[in-house]
Amino acid sequence: MQDYSVTHLKQLESEAIYILRETAAQFERPVLLFSGGKDSIVMTHLAMKAFWPAKIPFPLLHVDTGHNFPETITYRDDLVERLGANLVVGSVEQAIAEGRVVEEKGPNASRNMLQIQTLLDALEEGQYDAAMGGARRDEEKARAKERFFSHRDEFGQWDPKNQRPELWNIFNGRMAQGEHFRVFPLSNWTEMDVWQYMKAENIELPSLYYAHDREVVVRNGTILAVSEFVQPRDGEVVETKRIRFRTMGDATITGAVESDADTMDKIIEEVAAARQTERGNRADDKRSESAMEDRKKAGYF
Amino acid sequence: MSTEESAPEKGYLDMDLLRFTTAGSVDDGKSTLIGRLMYDSKAIFEDQLESIESTSKQRGDEHVNLALLTDGLRAEREQGITIDVAYRYFATPRRKFIIADTPGHIQYTRNMVTGASTANLAIILVDARKGVIEQTCRHSFIANLLRIQHVVIAVNKMDLVDWSEERFNEIREEFRKFASRLDNIVEVSFIPISALKGDNVVEKSENMDWYKGPTLLYHLETLYVGPDANHVDSRLPVQWVIRPHSDQYHDFRGYAGRVAGGVFKPGDKVVVYPSGFEAQVKAIHTADGELSKAYSPLSVSMTLDREIDISRGDMIAKPNNPPTVGQDIDAMVCWFSDKPLNARGKFLIRHCAKEAKALIREVKYKVDINTLHKIEDDNTLSLNDIGRITLRTAAPLCYDSYKRNRVTGSFVLIDAFTNETVAAGMIR
Repeated sequence: MQDYSVTHLKQLESEAIYILRETAAQFERPVLLFSGGKDSIVMTHLAMKAFWPAKIPFPLLHVDTGHNFPETITYRDDLVERLGANLVVGSVEQAIAEGRVVEEKGPNASRNMLQIQTLLDALEEGQYDAAMGGARRDEEKARAKERFFSHRDEFGQWDPKNQRPELWNIFNGRMAQGEHFRVFPLSNWTEMDVWQYMKAENIELPSLYYAHDREVVVRNGTILAVSEFVQPRDGEVVETKRIRFRTMGDATITGAVESDADTMDKIIEEVAAARQTERGNRADDKRSESAMEDRKKAGYF
Repeated sequence: MSTEESAPEKGYLDMDLLRFTTAGSVDDGKSTLIGRLMYDSKAIFEDQLESIESTSKQRGDEHVNLALLTDGLRAEREQGITIDVAYRYFATPRRKFIIADTPGHIQYTRNMVTGASTANLAIILVDARKGVIEQTCRHSFIANLLRIQHVVIAVNKMDLVDWSEERFNEIREEFRKFASRLDNIVEVSFIPISALKGDNVVEKSENMDWYKGPTLLYHLETLYVGPDANHVDSRLPVQWVIRPHSDQYHDFRGYAGRVAGGVFKPGDKVVVYPSGFEAQVKAIHTADGELSKAYSPLSVSMTLDREIDISRGDMIAKPNNPPTVGQDIDAMVCWFSDKPLNARGKFLIRHCAKEAKALIREVKYKVDINTLHKIEDDNTLSLNDIGRITLRTAAPLCYDSYKRNRVTGSFVLIDAFTNETVAAGMIR
């Protein structure tokens, strides 16, 4: 008997490629949200595969908070050049300058909420009707309820009580004027799947993901890298720790973990043994029990 | 948990995947079971556990309320309602799992149909005190209708019937009598459990030494699900045509799609439907190189030996084994909308990569899913109803019966005005 078994990674890859192709086919102006984090790196890799040998038939959109790790930007620009892809940047910095958004005040100010408006503005400006994101259902309980094709109203809002049923592999991307969709090709992936896949595919990552020595401060239990955007406050001690990042975002809110894992294999081992969720160290999720859900409803990923 | 050490037979890079759905009303302990599976297989993280521990304590629950793990949304916690289907993930050294977690009490049928559409297996919970009830029959009917070939009847709350073997056997006999009318289910297993106490979920029960079968998790880990996929009828629904327009790939014209059945190899004679043009497969491409064979569920692109007009929505198949090509469809549908379906209603049908207008011709009958009787004199379908209809499409579809192929035999209906998905259909 022939063996037609397909490994779980191959199944997930094949499913994601199918979704990427459906998105390209069903929408007029799709766009791939690229943050420089590992999930969007994997997504870009899958998009390259889905349309090979043609180029990726949609642009990448980076919503830039202006608080980036420099490594992220270097990586982004190299990747875009290598793929011959188009890059569109939506700038929070510019939105602030233009007065479209107002910077939060207070000691724990973050640009997370500002990102939402900047994203929605960028979508409107580019007239994008589908924004593909690397969000996964295993990340957070509000995301466990998310569809592959997630309908957003003309304000970009998610209504969890009125989601379209999604059956088999049939996706309904029909919408009215002014509405758009968020599409999540990695819905069924877990953090472990992403790492295993990156290893299997030999995907290069920004050095931030690997253990390295860095100057940090510990604030509210979160290890933050000292940078132009994160400066020690009174009473905080700058120390050098061996750290790496599990998720990547705005430098002011992305917590690091102490780690010696400086290779992909060691990271996979570490992820397998992890007893904390991936986003456990994201300050923005700790604001309230429903922080992620509320941001999603407002138009975030 | 070191994946490599504890899985001698499989490396972590080549594990397989089982998708299952759970059914049962809220009180049957469905959320507790899912929580238990994830908790005992160490898929719950410390910060998640701490959070539900403190909530349980605050509520005054006697045990850590594992059900809290699956109540994700603010509205669910505030109002105690459950919204639509959620998906959960866990893995053991043997296998990866995707759970379609369907809420028990609102919009019942619709949710279960949604969860069941992608599942290889269904766990149907039965309360040991109540035995086989209407809902058990309803769940089984839907599992059967959706062609879930493997069903586990998890007889839960065995702790409340004194771990009685007799009671378990009684329920098994009751269910078997009923299930003899279901023709699609290949395998039914019965496992006595206590989701609350953890008996026979992950760990073998000391309270039920009369039970010699596997625990629920062991069953899920070792079940062979290979034959679910159709590797006989070759089908490639064309999603997208890849035209690089580059110097290097100047004449490249790849037909991209996810193989929906059968096997394609370079050199195979193929026919493109609905046009009927014949060609030969030149090569099967992926970004990682050419493949010597493509089969379900791989996403590939295919080049042919001659230029023919093929676009999204077409189907590539083999000449000796074509799909049905036609505009008159006979199907079972589950109705999802508050607005009832009437004969003569006009919709959009979406089938594989094809979308066309569709007109409902006739509602032949409605199924009373509690008794499985056909109600022949009622020609409307209301929310959550299941019935048999005929419809006519404005363009020909290339399809198979759902019985033969879940991908090419399924469709959804869309309301063209609201864009809502209003029905799930299975072609007869």
